[in-house]
Amino acid sequence: MSTSSRSLTYGKDFGLLYRLRLLLGGFVPHLILTSYSLLAVFPVVMILINSFKTRKAIFGEPFAFPNASTFSLIGYETVLSRSNFTQNFINSIVVTGVSLLFILLFGSMAAFALSEYNFRGNTLTALYLSIGIMIPIRLGTVSLLRLMVKLGLVNTLTGLILVYIAQGLPLTIFILSQFMRQVPKELKDAARIDGASEYRIYTMVLPLVRPALGAIGIFTMIPIWNDLWFPLVIAPSAKTATITLGVQQFLGQFVSDWNAVLSSLSLAMVPILILYVIFSQQMIRSITAGALK
Amino acid sequence: MSTKPGSRAFPIHIVVFLAPAVIVYTLFMIYPLIDSLRLSFFAIGSDNREYFVGLRNYVLLFTDSNYAPRFWGALKNNIVFFLVHMLVQNPIGLLLAALLASGGWGRKFYRTVLFMPTVLSFVIIGFIWNLILSPLWGVAESILKAVGLGSLFRPWLGLESTALVTISLISVWQFVGIPMVLFYAALIGIPEELLEAARVDGATGWQVFWRIKFPLILPTVGIVGILTFVGNFNAFDLIYTIKGALAGPNFSTDIMGTLFYRTFFGQQLQLGNPTMGATVAAMMFIIILSGVLIYMFLWQRRIQAVEM
Repeated sequence: MSTSSRSLTYGKDFGLLYRLRLLLGGFVPHLILTSYSLLAVFPVVMILINSFKTRKAIFGEPFAFPNASTFSLIGYETVLSRSNFTQNFINSIVVTGVSLLFILLFGSMAAFALSEYNFRGNTLTALYLSIGIMIPIRLGTVSLLRLMVKLGLVNTLTGLILVYIAQGLPLTIFILSQFMRQVPKELKDAARIDGASEYRIYTMVLPLVRPALGAIGIFTMIPIWNDLWFPLVIAPSAKTATITLGVQQFLGQFVSDWNAVLSSLSLAMVPILILYVIFSQQMIRSITAGALK
Repeated sequence: MSTKPGSRAFPIHIVVFLAPAVIVYTLFMIYPLIDSLRLSFFAIGSDNREYFVGLRNYVLLFTDSNYAPRFWGALKNNIVFFLVHMLVQNPIGLLLAALLASGGWGRKFYRTVLFMPTVLSFVIIGFIWNLILSPLWGVAESILKAVGLGSLFRPWLGLESTALVTISLISVWQFVGIPMVLFYAALIGIPEELLEAARVDGATGWQVFWRIKFPLILPTVGIVGILTFVGNFNAFDLIYTIKGALAGPNFSTDIMGTLFYRTFFGQQLQLGNPTMGATVAAMMFIIILSGVLIYMFLWQRRIQAVEM
């Protein structure tokens, strides 16, 4: 496409200048993109390769890949024996998984009501539910903590989960109701004529917006998994610490043990990186699609 | 929008559908936000009861010799933090998006790699850069030496004059993927006929970009701007991870988020103060809300006027 249009512009001039431009036009973008890609992965790669080396090799030859003489797993041994890594990991999975489930369930129910029924106060309810898209829940922390104390939910995963559900709902409802509006009306009316209840129609619409559910799922999941603030404020105990908080505390204690620091960073990164590699195309495509709306 | 019109009793199924979301959201988001704003007008006495004090907390925050320097310092630093994102992150995001949107091979690969840091947590990012920039390890120094710039190396994160900008740039490094993907989506959504017409008229790539593409993606520029604003004035994790709650050296990296945390929970000799914490949060609320309102009423309206 671009080549044909360029030849339109420079059609009469097939001289050196034109060929040079064409060459640069193809080369410079790749140079910039490649350099920036290197900048993006370089720090991560440095941590990963050095986590498998002896302390001496980490400092002696930081840029080298581990080899037979520099390979060491001592950092990983320290992390697995001295930290609550497994417990933290399970906590993170429970918190993220349960929050996500309820965000999608409650969010889709509310989105269905807002997009399907023309009731009094519809617009007002939609507006009320979208305040949280722009105003961060963090700003209510002082009262949120008091509320958690009153409910006896401090240092429980339930407390965290409730906060994350509240945090995830506004954007979920906003996006899902846009998608649900596109479900053909005839489909639902046909089911109604057949005597389906409104609840049945909701369960019928849900699979039709599955791509949107998937995209929202990924986007709500990452901030919950990575959050440091609420685990720190609401559930800082060793028993309830999530992986993000656990790693933060572990790193604070072992700051001079470079093997342990590099290994715990690697262990914390790998699950997210694997998920990212699997879902990245879908994820980026869904932002692209969402942004076009 | 198919429902029985008229004003019969409110249909029960609508209540069932809305109730769970509205209840959880109201109880754990709206109530804490409102109650926290209320608390900013109260003080807790030695008898552990709340006393209404009007605007005293705000006056303390703006003028008291203990609070005021920290508040104005954090606000100033937060503005610097935001400006670095606007001037570095978003232009780089736009550049990368423009390069990606112009086609060529490897687009998917670049997109995936460039977006990767965004999915990692602040804690990981903070520590990684702490290590890379550490004079102890010397990785950054060796790289600068290799290109003959070794003398430029400083312990940037440790110096009062450079720590804030360094942390801002680390955050830019992490989040450049978001403006990139949003700009990219906007750019590939431009109808090809518009661009083709301009090219036939002899416009260069540069002209096509600034005269046609950029004006068409202005709505996205606004969205990126407001997302950056809200994210930056709510930031905390990265600075807490790299510098701790004291946001050193000498508070040079202190922003609203770290000030909020410190004021609420206390740090070292300073006792935690929930109502003053709520006051700092209320200031953050006012700042973020003003940004959102300016975006909604000034920017969006102007964009719509231009489009018509």
